[in-house]
Amino acid sequence: MNKSRRGNFVEAGVLLAAAGLPFILLALGEAFYIGFATRLLIFALAATSLNFIVGYGGMVAFGHAAFFGGGAYVVAFLMQAGIVSAWIAWPLAILATVVAALAIGALSLRTRGVYFIMITLAFAQMIYYSIISLQSAGGDDGLPLAQRSTLAPLDLASDTTLYWIALATLAICLIALRRLARSPYGRALAGLRQNEQRMEALGFPVDRLKLVCFVIGAGVAGLAGALLANQEGLASPNLLYWTQSGMLLVMVILGGVGQRYGGVLGALVLLGLEEALGQITEYTHLVIGLALLAVVLFAPHGLAGLARRRRA
Amino acid sequence: MSALLEIAGLKRHFGGLWAINGVDLRIERGTIHALIGPNGAGKTTLIHLISGAQRPTAGRIVFAGADIAHRNMHERVALGITRSYQITQIFPHLPVLENVCLAVLSRRRDWGSSFRMCRPASADFRMTAEAEEWLGRVGLAESAGQLAADLAHGQQRALELAMALATRPRLLLLDEPMAGMGPEESAHMAALIAALKGTQTVLLVEHDMDIVFRLADRISVLVAGRVIVSDAPGVVRNHPDVRRAYLGDDSQ
Amino acid sequence: MTQLVLEQLLNGLQFGLMLFLIASGLTLVFGIMDMINLSHGSLYMGGAYLGAAAAQASGSFVTGLLAAMLGMAVIGIVLELLLLRKLYRRDHLTQVLATFALILIANDLVRMIWGPQPLLLNPPAALAGPVELFGFSYPAYRLLIIAVGLLVALCLYVLVSHTRVGMWVRAGAANRTMAECMGVDVRWLFTGLFALGAALAAAAGTLLGPLLAVQVGMGESILILAFVVIVIGGIGSIRGALVGALLVGIVDTLGRALLPTLLRTVSSPEVAGHLGPALASIMIYLLMAAILFWRPQGLFPARA
Repeated sequence: MNKSRRGNFVEAGVLLAAAGLPFILLALGEAFYIGFATRLLIFALAATSLNFIVGYGGMVAFGHAAFFGGGAYVVAFLMQAGIVSAWIAWPLAILATVVAALAIGALSLRTRGVYFIMITLAFAQMIYYSIISLQSAGGDDGLPLAQRSTLAPLDLASDTTLYWIALATLAICLIALRRLARSPYGRALAGLRQNEQRMEALGFPVDRLKLVCFVIGAGVAGLAGALLANQEGLASPNLLYWTQSGMLLVMVILGGVGQRYGGVLGALVLLGLEEALGQITEYTHLVIGLALLAVVLFAPHGLAGLARRRRA
Repeated sequence: MSALLEIAGLKRHFGGLWAINGVDLRIERGTIHALIGPNGAGKTTLIHLISGAQRPTAGRIVFAGADIAHRNMHERVALGITRSYQITQIFPHLPVLENVCLAVLSRRRDWGSSFRMCRPASADFRMTAEAEEWLGRVGLAESAGQLAADLAHGQQRALELAMALATRPRLLLLDEPMAGMGPEESAHMAALIAALKGTQTVLLVEHDMDIVFRLADRISVLVAGRVIVSDAPGVVRNHPDVRRAYLGDDSQ
Repeated sequence: MTQLVLEQLLNGLQFGLMLFLIASGLTLVFGIMDMINLSHGSLYMGGAYLGAAAAQASGSFVTGLLAAMLGMAVIGIVLELLLLRKLYRRDHLTQVLATFALILIANDLVRMIWGPQPLLLNPPAALAGPVELFGFSYPAYRLLIIAVGLLVALCLYVLVSHTRVGMWVRAGAANRTMAECMGVDVRWLFTGLFALGAALAAAAGTLLGPLLAVQVGMGESILILAFVVIVIGGIGSIRGALVGALLVGIVDTLGRALLPTLLRTVSSPEVAGHLGPALASIMIYLLMAAILFWRPQGLFPARA
């Protein structure tokens, strides 16, 4: 078990380093990047939640933006209505996305393959159009947050504190997902990914298992959305548009579908690349697009897959 | 004592064709009951009708006293009807042991109701121990850690059998377990099935006549959607209709 | 009122026919090669830009249109040979990744070449004015679009049902492996089809250019509609693409025009103005969802 203990040490080390990052950035006089790092963590969380659905559950869902953006909008709405406490608003955001996912999932999971992709896309677009049409949701401009959520006794107005909350959330979710993967439920999901027909023939309630997976992924995405609303100070309709679902999916594929840190890696690389390139050129999408093509042609299992192959 | 499975007047219509055209069948507990017949006789359809993959157009399927003809597959599995597949349906990228663990896991019925399914269970090692036992029974104990895809074809069929057995079925539907096997592997599989006699009720669909006549307690012959004879192997072997329809004119 | 409805019906027909041009290429890609191609919208955008640029340079709309179709056909062939061929055997996720990357690249390329501002594309001068139709005025240009759309639909119909190539296409869509076994060179057939699809998408882009805006990102919104169309119509079916496109075009256009009016009878004008377009957009997706449940393979599935 040496390898896994070594792995645990590495993970602990990375977590500690990440926790110490704000201090380093402050010392370097780059306080602005704390916000950027928080954004990275939040997208890593959103991508991880999608990875759970796509990589562990085997469902290619193209409507994740609905849950990610939905979480943000719930927090923004509640704040507008006077509910400022994160202790209330964030769980409500999760609850809203869970309920939406139950409805969307129950209907969508009756289809398979490319039809499932299309119908999840359709539902997400419906939510997008519904929200941008609402005056109270700020229409095309999005819904700003008057302030950050209050997470008594902590003060989220401080960028550093928000960063640590995001980091803690990501770490907890990663650990929880790992434990879930090892549980009977997780093992059943593994079987489902490989041979759904056999699982059905063995008597597993396949649709219910998939629905649970879908809902869990959605709930975590809703939490990520709540965090993002706080980080950006705004719930923007872009978060709900299908290209956002595409971006998240790209992160998952880039990082490695079904790999434990696939979502994290993909988000870090994509957003990091975008930021770094943004300093050099205004045509960041061009370079990223070419890089993605390179990955498709030369690293078929994503970046995490590359790393594993080198170690093996 | 009533039979475990009783089929009466079963019919299945497929847009102009009667795939099953009046089948009567009785399978007694603890027996190995073989189903033979020429290609296209409807054997696979009959298996589908019993397992729940398809619904009959008419007739009754009574399992342990209850008519299950219109229950879905899920319910039938819960009642204890498990089938194995002619085309191997295993979990290729999982270890052999995990394949069987999943079959053991499938017996749990508390999926919807308990969060225990979400926590790494302490009952895990009981499940693993049971899975290892099933692997031992089919002679795959040493391959437990290998990926299922890396097994030889005959071993994969044995795994298929282990998985079916691990669900502790009351009725086991074996759909051509020897499919694609050479003589040595077939003999091994035959021995495994023979070992089930008396304790496990089996409906066996198979083409290899030697094996069928050696293993089966009773044989039903399906021709053009009807069972023309259901009897002990000796009777079936010498039955004129059977020889004409299926065995040809060569005498055995 | 009936005038409004008629006018909007014609608009819907026009939009639907253009959607058909885009969707017909997409449905064949999907149907024969089982490939998700997210970059089809970029072909549409590229066509609009090429058309606008060529029209501006030459002063002639028709030149612009032809340049767009030819240009995108060539680009389509190059794209297919260099990249897309490698994707056919890969899984859907990889196809999503690669074609999404193409969207990113295309958007930035267009911005690099033509800048971030929308390009101006004027309809042909001769058709800039209205025509008298059934007692009301209707823009002549839109009639042209309808005419072109119907002509293309007719040509495609003839191609698919009355030529050998069409037979190969139908065979390929129904069962690619069998078609290959029967000697159809699916790969080259496919390159040709892709080029045709690109040309049609380019045509749609150029034709719609004067009505919608020729700008970066215009492909994304039309792509979603195209996917809805082919899912409704049945993947791999040209006939399905036509029916689906007309349905979507008419439902969307009529919805946007009439729903606010209808809603105004029950609520305030602002609410109606906002809710109307949103409801109309949602309506297409509701339509798609409903059809998927009733007929999961779409209205005219190509595959048995």
